[in-house]
Amino acid sequence: MTMTGYTESLTPAAAARRNFGKGRVARIGCVLAVVALACLVPFIGTSYQTLQMTFVLIYAIALLGLNILVGYNGQLSLGHGAFFGLGAYIAAIMMHHFGLPYWSTIPVVAVLCLIGGFLFGLPALRLEGHYLALATFSLALAMPQILKYPAFAQWTGGFMGLVISPVPVPAGVPLSSDQWLYFFCLALTLVMFLIGWNLMRGRTGQAIIAIRDQPTAAVSMGINLAYYKSMTFGVSAMYAGVAGALSALTAQFVSPDSFDFFLSISLLVGIVVGGIATVSGAIFGAVFIQFIPNIAEHISKSASWAVYGVALIGFMYLMPQGVVGLIRRLRGVISGAKRSAA
Amino acid sequence: MDALLFQITSGITTGFIYASLALALVMIFQSTNHINFAQGEMAMFSTYIAFTLVQAGVPFWIAFPTTLLGAFVMGFVIERFVLRPFADAPVLTIVIVFIGLLVIFNSIAGWIFGYEMQPFPSPFPHSWGTRLVSAHQLGIAVVTLSVLAAVYLFFRFTSLGLAMRAAAQNPVSSRLVGIRVGLLLAVGWGLAAAIGAVAGIMAAPIVFLEPNMMAGIMIYAFAAALLGGINNPAGAVPGGIIVGVLENLAGAYVVGTELKLTTALVMILLVLLIRPAGLFGRTLRTRV
Amino acid sequence: MTAILEIRDLSVSYGASRVIFDASLGVRPGSVTVLLGANGAGKTTLLRAICNMMVRTRGEIRLEGQPIENMATEEIARLGVAHVPDGRGTFIHMTVQENLQLGAYGRRDHAAVGDDFERIFAYFPRLRERRAQPAGTLSGGEQQMLAIGRALMSRPKLLLLDEPSFGLAPLVVKEIFDILRAINRADGVSILLVEQNANLALSLADYGYLLETGRIVMHDTASALSNDDSIRRVYLGY
Repeated sequence: MTMTGYTESLTPAAAARRNFGKGRVARIGCVLAVVALACLVPFIGTSYQTLQMTFVLIYAIALLGLNILVGYNGQLSLGHGAFFGLGAYIAAIMMHHFGLPYWSTIPVVAVLCLIGGFLFGLPALRLEGHYLALATFSLALAMPQILKYPAFAQWTGGFMGLVISPVPVPAGVPLSSDQWLYFFCLALTLVMFLIGWNLMRGRTGQAIIAIRDQPTAAVSMGINLAYYKSMTFGVSAMYAGVAGALSALTAQFVSPDSFDFFLSISLLVGIVVGGIATVSGAIFGAVFIQFIPNIAEHISKSASWAVYGVALIGFMYLMPQGVVGLIRRLRGVISGAKRSAA
Repeated sequence: MDALLFQITSGITTGFIYASLALALVMIFQSTNHINFAQGEMAMFSTYIAFTLVQAGVPFWIAFPTTLLGAFVMGFVIERFVLRPFADAPVLTIVIVFIGLLVIFNSIAGWIFGYEMQPFPSPFPHSWGTRLVSAHQLGIAVVTLSVLAAVYLFFRFTSLGLAMRAAAQNPVSSRLVGIRVGLLLAVGWGLAAAIGAVAGIMAAPIVFLEPNMMAGIMIYAFAAALLGGINNPAGAVPGGIIVGVLENLAGAYVVGTELKLTTALVMILLVLLIRPAGLFGRTLRTRV
Repeated sequence: MTAILEIRDLSVSYGASRVIFDASLGVRPGSVTVLLGANGAGKTTLLRAICNMMVRTRGEIRLEGQPIENMATEEIARLGVAHVPDGRGTFIHMTVQENLQLGAYGRRDHAAVGDDFERIFAYFPRLRERRAQPAGTLSGGEQQMLAIGRALMSRPKLLLLDEPSFGLAPLVVKEIFDILRAINRADGVSILLVEQNANLALSLADYGYLLETGRIVMHDTASALSNDDSIRRVYLGY
């Protein structure tokens, strides 16, 4: 299974140049406006809405990571829910068993998931297309089983999972725990997006994309295929792990069945809906996977997933290149109209 | 020794079920290069249709072919009306469409038929059973092997079967000899759905009937299809049997039932690491 | 006498790029018509346009007076147009026998198909020897014979041939062209031939068209074209 259908007409170098062009100011302004709006959320919304938006941020991190792997590097993963779960459990075990502070879990999770993803990526190197799909599919199915396995139960809590205490608000900060956690997640989301954006527009990003589009040429240009593919897997697992750790902090609870195959599938849905091989698509995708299931349940309680499925297929029909693809097309139409008017 | 033999024979019979579903996957893959992730759920839905017919008093051996016909129509219609608009869409978009179909079938089955497990009586007479194999296991072998043989004969010896193989191999040349490739693609989907339905109906007495009954079977069938060689329908049968036996032995002797899925999949992946084209994947040397 | 194939003001494009501009040509029943031109002149594209295959067209294409420009490829084939494409388009994983069988797929007169096997094997005895072999294992010349044989199995009214000499040894090319001549004479099949080897093509053809960068610039009887100075200089090399 190749991802060539998504090959963008813009080369990475051209994209980078465009970023430095006149569109750059507008772009930064747009990002700042979104961040400013995001800062208002916990003060306008209810506590429940704040919680939902926290999950949107968390999913956005995971989706960006998955998109780096699937969209930019062309390796299909049906199993990123496993790394999400791994991150969540590492954080939960650190807090539950060792009483470590919540913020200390993030760097540990990031490093461990990076290593875990890298190691998984090494043998996966030999597996292309559908074989990689099977390998990652297996990983997604195996994760809940491993988490439930009796021999590990003293650490993982087995079927019951682990409860962790709410995130404390630092002294002197006039925020509720929910609001504080939201800002904590928002800050991390910004950091992770900045890292991702920088990574993808630099030389590393060029190598990652070259491997997707022209693997043979990439090798002859001196790109170490094994290293880059495994490392991309690692980076992408790191994103998923960090998102998982944040989800554990937010839910104050981890259990094996929260990290089942369905989570992996939702993440894949998120990147395709948002837009393959785009950075901003992660946000649209996150909104979709957080809210569409709820909306579907409002429409029909008894067959909510059927509604979700129909929405999904309809969405793909209307926007085969995802939300960002649609925005780009609209922008193309508008600028085309401007040009012909001028 | 008897226990081992028992594990192997029961592995072979579940292997036939995996083989049927794997064959359905391979058939669609050959003509579209896509793995239909919703194949298992379509089979589950067909199984409910058979169950409903049997509950309404229709004799099993009438309900069975009726269901296969219904499954054929369902597959045909899905290809024509759901997949056709995506004919030129990127791979991942189509993967998402399959996921959409998967949740739709799962949800509608739960909505119509409920989520509780239903016993599905085996249609085979108890007298078939022996010390080593149960009546149902023997029945699975007979039914699935007959279906597989029929599929083989269809593709090997009928003009329509030949045209379907041609359309899968080289759609452009097929059109040039007057083959209606689009129509045959839908026929292929219909056949795959019917073959999948056989897997569902044969599995139901073992795993019980419920909307998620095919989830585990689907992953094993996927593994079987890859192991047998995703481009080789004849590989699906040995692929399915190997997976069935491996799964049983891993569960019984290696790690226990909690991790048997994981272990079986890891073993299959190890095989695929060594033989990436699958055990029976075909490569043909061509001259120019 | 009405033409078996008549093309009027045909424009053809791949996506946004136009390859053929306002071409008109005709093929008379029972004749061999050749389309000459350099590499990239658009010969293959024009042939594909007739079968509505992988291109977008504008203009009129009539088969025995019936407009076919909006028909699907498979339906055009069923009307009796057999196209032997560039690259031959054989089913490489299937046997020679199966390839020939597929050629007769659209036919209703199943009883006569058996005779046609014999007819094809009489033209191409080597295909009989190799009937159980996968087509992918044949030599280039044998594959070309198979492709022509498959096309004949449909009992076509019109045979479209895209560079049957391409990549073949001169002796094999001669053999194939002799058989094409025999087929045309014996069965009355009309042939539209695309060929780079103008010398060879004009020796077979009754009438010829010359295509240059997507436009038909000259047409005449084959013998007139063979004696035309500019054609001789550019395409015949003497």
